[in-house]
Amino acid sequence: MEDIIISVLQRTLIAGTPLLLATIGEVICERSGILNLGIEGMMAIGAVSAFIVTFTTGNPWLGLVAAIVASALTSIIHAFVSITLQSSQVVSGLALTMLGLGISGLVGKPYIGKPLAEKMATWPIPVLSDIPVVGVIFFDHSPYFYMAVILALIAWFVLKYTRLGIIIRSAGENPRATETQGINVYKIRYWCVIIGGALSGMAGAHLSTSYSKSWIEGMTAGRGWIVIALTIFALWNPMRAIIGAFLFGGIFVMQYLLQPLGISPNLLAMLPYLSTLLVLFIGALHDSRKLNAPAMLAEPYRRGGR
Amino acid sequence: MNIRVTERIDILPRHSVLSLGCSLAAGLLAISSIFLISGVNPLYAIAKIFSGSFGSIYGIKETITKAIPLILIGSGLTLAFRAKFWNIGAESQLLMGAIFGTWVGLNWGPHLPAPVIVPLMFMAGFVGGGLWGLIPAILKVKFSINEVISTLMMNYICNEFMKFLIVGPWRGKTKHGFPYTDDLPLSATLSVIPGSRIHYATLLIAVAVVIILGIAVYRTRFGYEVRVIGENPDAAKYSGIDFFRTTIIIMIISGGAAGLAGVGEAAGIHHYLSYPESISSGYGFTAIIVAWLAKLNPVNVIFSALFFAGILVGGDAIQISLGLPAATVQIFNGTLLFFLIMGDFFLKNQVTLQWREEGN
Repeated sequence: MEDIIISVLQRTLIAGTPLLLATIGEVICERSGILNLGIEGMMAIGAVSAFIVTFTTGNPWLGLVAAIVASALTSIIHAFVSITLQSSQVVSGLALTMLGLGISGLVGKPYIGKPLAEKMATWPIPVLSDIPVVGVIFFDHSPYFYMAVILALIAWFVLKYTRLGIIIRSAGENPRATETQGINVYKIRYWCVIIGGALSGMAGAHLSTSYSKSWIEGMTAGRGWIVIALTIFALWNPMRAIIGAFLFGGIFVMQYLLQPLGISPNLLAMLPYLSTLLVLFIGALHDSRKLNAPAMLAEPYRRGGR
Repeated sequence: MNIRVTERIDILPRHSVLSLGCSLAAGLLAISSIFLISGVNPLYAIAKIFSGSFGSIYGIKETITKAIPLILIGSGLTLAFRAKFWNIGAESQLLMGAIFGTWVGLNWGPHLPAPVIVPLMFMAGFVGGGLWGLIPAILKVKFSINEVISTLMMNYICNEFMKFLIVGPWRGKTKHGFPYTDDLPLSATLSVIPGSRIHYATLLIAVAVVIILGIAVYRTRFGYEVRVIGENPDAAKYSGIDFFRTTIIIMIISGGAAGLAGVGEAAGIHHYLSYPESISSGYGFTAIIVAWLAKLNPVNVIFSALFFAGILVGGDAIQISLGLPAATVQIFNGTLLFFLIMGDFFLKNQVTLQWREEGN
């Protein structure tokens, strides 16, 4: 029994890792005032790039770099359309998802059914991983897990306590006032979108070269959309994102755990999506002013306009 | 060099047409580069797509067949998008329509003649899609839950629900263990134009929906309310528009139209329920761009639906001849959608380049 609990908790953290990575990115992006609904597409781009590069070079780290670069570049399209052209961020994000899923399907076709020889190795942390129970659960993971947690802490610290963080948040709260302080809001927003893209790419890389070691078309399976909900659940706070992401990781794992009880696997597969609705519902019971959403989220900002 | 952006004051029809033409041309160019990078000859691929869809009688018949669900869903979406209700869930509203319609067909079909059962199935489909569309509307208006996420999550939920039905309680006794429902009885299937797969009953309904929505949007108070809610929700509240009621009606119509399309697919094409991805090849998502290309005008939807149906049919053709994955169509959809919204920018704004001389 103890073994099962340990293994469930360990897999919960693994399943939550890509959600956490992408949620940090979306939190940063939305804090600057830009809603990016294209996470699903950028994650797919990241997954396929990481897989192809890892497959050809045999080095999952190069795969990670490729994923970051590819997804960051893809996100620039969204930045251009929603910041420079001030178009609807909702439509642009949807287009980005379609494009990302399409390109990843096209590029990844020859690699379907070819597993990697080597996936990202786990890094047991010396000493800490020897602690009974806790060590196995928390300190015997692939580097992605540690990176996700550390990046969440960094993002939380930067957003909350640094000048840069204040600039990012004020770009999302009141871009016009921020501009009068001599800050280039467009530039800040561009960078935040790109960072969001890079983190989605990391999430994708985790899916194809660490979580599993194969490329399957549509392997993101709606995680990108769950991330959008998690961002709201986290109240745009990377610290809370850690809780949310691993909660959902647990829900993903629970599907497989409950299957032996004779519940239809199809009904269990609904769990993450039902829980997303539930999470939003719980969030909605709060006073919306207390939710602390960026005031100018998804509102196009026109420099020098009225 | 200096770039200056000023808002256009008067937008002439020829500007709209020009921006549309440029967007489509630029979009095709971008798609070509994607093909080129992936090692596919773009001229061959694009020629193949359009010859596959519009280049033969067979192609045209198939294009019309696939345009039917796109017209229905697309025209319903114009209504939702006008009110800035981002209904991304048409895919599952279609499936719910198919599920409801098939239930009626399977259970009542054997006892009732076609003229009774077919309208009943369409009504059931409308109710199924409408109810599935109603939920996110209530969630948005009463609980301010973002409709993009709720409609998407409901897509995944409905997908699993449908799979649950076909492998579980609804699995057909005559299907040798395959995950399909039994065939619909003959009276509950839609007749087609001979030599094609065009189930004309659904086509007629689709055209009727377009006309009704066209009138509703431009000629009724309801259409006016939809516009106000979309363009200025605050003004809508002060001018006494019932936000809740209007949103509910919009989503029942939008979801219901998708549900009608679902009945058409189930009873007109497949004649039984199988996996969600074979009942709808992404019509709910493609219809988003159909609505956008139509500039949210229900009547234009007929033309943009035919255009995108052509891409779907041609997409099937190049999948076979070039061995491309089904996702290729998504590249078309995504890229064209990007260029359409970029085109809107150049339509609304005048962009001038100024070359400043030295010493100025």
